Amino acid sequence: MSRSATLGLAIDTASTAAEIAPPATLRSDLRLIADMIEPHSRVLDIGCGDGALLAYLAREKSVDARGIELSQSGVNACVSHGLSVIQGDADRDLGAYPGAAFEYVVLSQTLQATREPRQVLEALVRIGKRAIVSFPNFGFWRIRLSLLLRGRMPVSGLLNHRWYDTPNIHLCTIRDFVALCDAVGIRIERSFTLDRHGRPYSLDPRGNLANLLAEQGMFVLSREGV
Amino acid sequence: MSIATAPILRKRPGDDWPGHRLFVEAPLRLDCGVDFGPFTIAYQTYGTLNAERSNAVLVCHALTGDQYAADPHPITGHPGWWTTLIGPGGVLDTDRYFLICANVLGGCMGTTGPKEIDPATGEPWALGFPVITIRDMVRAQKLLIDHLGIASLFCVIGGSMGAMQVLEWVASYPDTVFAAVPIAGAARHSAQNIAFHEVGRQAIMADPDWCGGRYLSLGRNPARGLAVARMAAHITYLSEPALHRKFGRNLQDRNAVTWGFDADFQVESYLRHQGSAFVDRFDANSYLYITRAMDYFDLAAEHDGSLPAAFAASKARFCIISFTSDWLFPTPESRELVHALNAVAANVSFVEIETDKGHDAFLLHEPELFATLRGFLAGCAEHRGLTRNGG
Repeated sequence: MSRSATLGLAIDTASTAAEIAPPATLRSDLRLIADMIEPHSRVLDIGCGDGALLAYLAREKSVDARGIELSQSGVNACVSHGLSVIQGDADRDLGAYPGAAFEYVVLSQTLQATREPRQVLEALVRIGKRAIVSFPNFGFWRIRLSLLLRGRMPVSGLLNHRWYDTPNIHLCTIRDFVALCDAVGIRIERSFTLDRHGRPYSLDPRGNLANLLAEQGMFVLSREGV
Repeated sequence: MSIATAPILRKRPGDDWPGHRLFVEAPLRLDCGVDFGPFTIAYQTYGTLNAERSNAVLVCHALTGDQYAADPHPITGHPGWWTTLIGPGGVLDTDRYFLICANVLGGCMGTTGPKEIDPATGEPWALGFPVITIRDMVRAQKLLIDHLGIASLFCVIGGSMGAMQVLEWVASYPDTVFAAVPIAGAARHSAQNIAFHEVGRQAIMADPDWCGGRYLSLGRNPARGLAVARMAAHITYLSEPALHRKFGRNLQDRNAVTWGFDADFQVESYLRHQGSAFVDRFDANSYLYITRAMDYFDLAAEHDGSLPAAFAASKARFCIISFTSDWLFPTPESRELVHALNAVAANVSFVEIETDKGHDAFLLHEPELFATLRGFLAGCAEHRGLTRNGG
């Protein structure tokens, strides 16, 4: 569930403190998330990888930043750089947190690797006043086309594992995700459709076009009736 | 409570050991209900307390440790037990922090324990010494911290029983601890650990030289019992892979087994050495009392069965550390602490370190441990506004 491992992007978990996420190099989807978070808020980043987002939030926005990371090397890198991160995962380690413990809970590119995505989503909007969730869109046209034409499980830029070694066990389309939120009473406050590099498109996430053209979706969620 | 620096009343073994003594005159109410005192706390310090008194680190020692964390042991001459961490530029940087390490109540390296003289009888306390708890040890340490004029400790850190003290500090004095680092610890002593301690205690009490605990008055020493206790305990501090790596089935100074009960195997010879070296520096009754204190430790039970309640009042930053091959205080015990801290949304880091060195890893050269601690402490120092050289 290590973010860098899932995405295969150029984030070196052994990087030194000085190298961690200078503002200019924060991945664009993480930058988008960071821009939504108010200064001085309390944030939990689940699957925080090498802590790039946490380090940025702590440094630039004086955020009380916490993280959960599955990989040993990721956790050790984070804590060695002074970040508050625990070794754990979204399936096992969210239950203990009290309700509304955080202003924001971030689950970036990790939902598809959880065992119980529905329970995880419900936990996110319980422990966070808002949850920011992003995931690769399995309805992306290249994925559909790849499966249609090649008849093999798609391997794309965001889903760069083969079927037998992928940590991504619960892939979904943007439309699937919206349907689940509706079914379990999770309010979608904001939504973005993004290309592979995390740059936003101006598409309605509930529309057909978004489900076809966006490589990833990002949603700001909260619990209905709160 | 009046506290004065100790006038040494009578010359006794250990009076010339290096370090500081605090003589506590007013009695301390112990968990067992006894008002205990006067008593002495023996402690060591390293580094310099800054003008703001904000850079103090309390180092809590384990079952058979003592206050000589970073200087030679006065009996064995061996280097301090945490020289891997403590020193100028070290993880516990003596150029930056003021380190305090006190021998625990019930110990045998200068703090009052069962081998000291009971003023009421003029004889060593022996089993007349009150049963003490981890919380009693921490209460005594709090008197020392108050005496040193330190209102807030930058950090409380320790491994094993030291970790128990760290947790007790946070629970008992939540406003006094800025950062807490329990390493290879647990919120309570497990049934398996109590069982191993009981084996050790029975070995001591089965030694005819133990004499119902009165061996000092009778000029005897239950060395064999204490050595067996140490041997059994030492196995629990290691791991099967580490024992195999170090010794395998190698024979000790011989080419074949001797068809007898001499120490044929290197591992036997090693354990016998561990046992016999230990009895030179440790008191058998102290071993009984301190193991009992660990057995009685159950932080949740002190808070109506709720572990999160123990941490509810704390604003400390926590760094919980466990080791993959530690089967005495295994990772799930640390994870339980993490969940309890999460339940009160505490600021917590948790690192499990991959090693085959078992429970003892916290005392050994573990670069991942050092990097983790260094980063955590640096982050805390930044939040505390501490600079190098005590600023």
